[in-house]
Amino acid sequence: MSIITPDHRFDDVESVRDLLRGVEYLADDGIASVVFLADRLQKPILVEGPAGTGKTQLAKSVAEMIGARLIRLQCYEGLDEAKALYEWNYKKQLLRIQAERASNTAEEWDDLHDDLFSDEFLMTRPLLEAIRADDPVVLLIDEIDRVEVETEALLLEILSDYQVSIPELGTVEATQIPLVFLTSNNTRELSEALKRRCLFLHIDYPEMDREKEIVITKVEGVTEHLADQIARIVRSIRQLELKKSPSVSETLDWARTLVLLGIDSIDADQAKETLHILLKYQTDIEKTSKELSD
Amino acid sequence: MLDLLSGFIVELRRAGLPVALTESLDSMEAMTHIPIEDRDAFKYALATTLVKNESHWKAFETVFEVYFSHRGPQYKVGDTSADTSELEDWLQEQMDQMQQQGEGSGGGGDMTPEQLAEMLYRAMMNGDEAMMRAMARAAVTKFAGMEPGRPVGGTYYLYRTLRNLDLEAMMERLVAESEESAPDGFTDLERKLEREEYEHRIDDLKKEIEAEIRRRLVADRGAEAMAKTLRKPLPEDVDFMHASRDEMAAIRKAIQPLTRKLAARLARKRRHKRRGALDFRATVRASLSYGGVPAEPKFKHPRPNKPELIVVADISGSVAAFARFTLHLVYALSSQFSKVRSFVFIDGIDEVTHMFQGEEDITRAVHRVNTEADVIWVDGHSDYGHAFEVFWDKWGHEINSKSTVIFLGDARNNYHATNAWVVKESRKRARHVFWLNPEPRSYWDTGDSVITEYATHCDGVFECRNLRQLERFVDHLA
Repeated sequence: MSIITPDHRFDDVESVRDLLRGVEYLADDGIASVVFLADRLQKPILVEGPAGTGKTQLAKSVAEMIGARLIRLQCYEGLDEAKALYEWNYKKQLLRIQAERASNTAEEWDDLHDDLFSDEFLMTRPLLEAIRADDPVVLLIDEIDRVEVETEALLLEILSDYQVSIPELGTVEATQIPLVFLTSNNTRELSEALKRRCLFLHIDYPEMDREKEIVITKVEGVTEHLADQIARIVRSIRQLELKKSPSVSETLDWARTLVLLGIDSIDADQAKETLHILLKYQTDIEKTSKELSD
Repeated sequence: MLDLLSGFIVELRRAGLPVALTESLDSMEAMTHIPIEDRDAFKYALATTLVKNESHWKAFETVFEVYFSHRGPQYKVGDTSADTSELEDWLQEQMDQMQQQGEGSGGGGDMTPEQLAEMLYRAMMNGDEAMMRAMARAAVTKFAGMEPGRPVGGTYYLYRTLRNLDLEAMMERLVAESEESAPDGFTDLERKLEREEYEHRIDDLKKEIEAEIRRRLVADRGAEAMAKTLRKPLPEDVDFMHASRDEMAAIRKAIQPLTRKLAARLARKRRHKRRGALDFRATVRASLSYGGVPAEPKFKHPRPNKPELIVVADISGSVAAFARFTLHLVYALSSQFSKVRSFVFIDGIDEVTHMFQGEEDITRAVHRVNTEADVIWVDGHSDYGHAFEVFWDKWGHEINSKSTVIFLGDARNNYHATNAWVVKESRKRARHVFWLNPEPRSYWDTGDSVITEYATHCDGVFECRNLRQLERFVDHLA
């Protein structure tokens, strides 16, 4: 493997955490060590966890922190090569053929046919773009669990060897090894082959103290007392059996609302009135407000 | 180091975790980048390279704790007098400090249980983790009465320790005291939150005590032996029939993606056969190979046909635990398939489709099924024969070539007539007929089990006692 070894981006786990804190992402020990290792081992990170716990944000924050461009590939059912890796610009190719038609001699045909599958007609899609970029990039493959198992295979080459094989062109090798993040909401089991190539990181709802800290850093004008109350209430709500537990982003929305309403200290009624920001299902809201008033 | 790591990986594999060779190589490489003395970083580095499934985390943690357990003199079993002196000194120091603050009780010398409880209480109040850990250690030394070489499980020691601590009374005291200290009392919400906070801390303490006992047991019996006794089945291997509450919750969480998979598998078979409308873009693209002549038309994949599912589930006492799981499965299925008809039976049979539809709360749906469904005909003992006969008379004509019929049950028929012809006839009409049996295969056809009589008429009969087997069934459909 001809892998260009870049200088390591980070010195140690601690520095990763400090840098992330610098861009307002509060990482716990697990997150920081995995990001650090991903850089050292040059492996992609597979981030899994419930929705709204900051999986995508992690990639964005890492990009911001190392000053790299974020290239994002949003996955969906039916995603194929042409949209993920590369595509031949067939319209341009057709035009080229037609332009040649007028004077169609054997010699020119040879030229044309060498020409037709060259860089000029190649349209790069996120994955190819990420490994061919000259500037530093972070590649984010979002919600990988949405593509079919068969499509996953398309990623394997780029994830393990950082190269893309194009039948007409040959193999395109990486000019750099980007940091790669794959996120999954775990709606289905990913294939073993994919998992094997990645470092695994599970991001769960944060501990109460960390959540409180997140609220304080992200929400302007929140008092420590309020943040503490918010974190406690959210933790207590997460212990209920709900269709959808409140995520970190919803906690933040809720905190912002409370600040806007000028509330310094929540009582049960205020909490109930603003519950719809935290919870999105009517049954959940009913269940929780009953629980809060007990 | 290498030996230590490969030993660890062997232990992980023994616990059932699938660790591939490349993964173990990764973990070894990761070690070269991580300072070994940083225990947390070390643990996360191992986890991220070796554990690729969140539900395996617990198993990993147990093995890690045992294998890389702290090994120091303070964890010796027995000889309490000599080894704990250091700890006692430290505690004494703390006590003295407290006395200086004018808060502690009088008296020095040995720690009495009351003093220990008082110390613990202070630690809980302040939520001081280091202190709590030390207290857990002291409590185990004091109360667990561990003796070297005694063949008792950890739970016994845990029970002894906790009994002596009386955490419940402490909890009440904590809440009462913190309420007193608040300037203008608590609102209801605050009191509830405060209580939850202390519950949380007490839980932490319990975990700490458990870990402490485990460490000592490891020191006494060696990592090998302990790893073996602590080995628990992974969530996907937990038997539905004997799952604890926590395990059931984990299983429930795993069912949802599985049903989605099932839906996809059943739909895909059809997708490959038929062709849909012309795909213009792909056709033009393909025409390039023929100099712009659209010689090879490309077609879109047709919209997948949603198959119909008919689930017939036994909910009698003999499969009670399985039935609970079954109902969850049915509930999850009905959110994935456009048409799911569900039936439950004991000796009578009733349709419960409407109870699942539009019901957002699964526990309520299950409760309704258990209370409202009319499934008892004579005595409330399983009678597959009668139930099937009624099923055929009432609903048999609704089975058509699109439907897949899944029977769930142990086929323990209490020596009634089997009426296996119902299954046979169903198969003639339906696309597939499957049977999922929650009993281990070796029990089949013993006693009043008549599974084979039904099995001959099914497309497949599957032992389905844990998630892994359920997954295998889903895979089989592909």
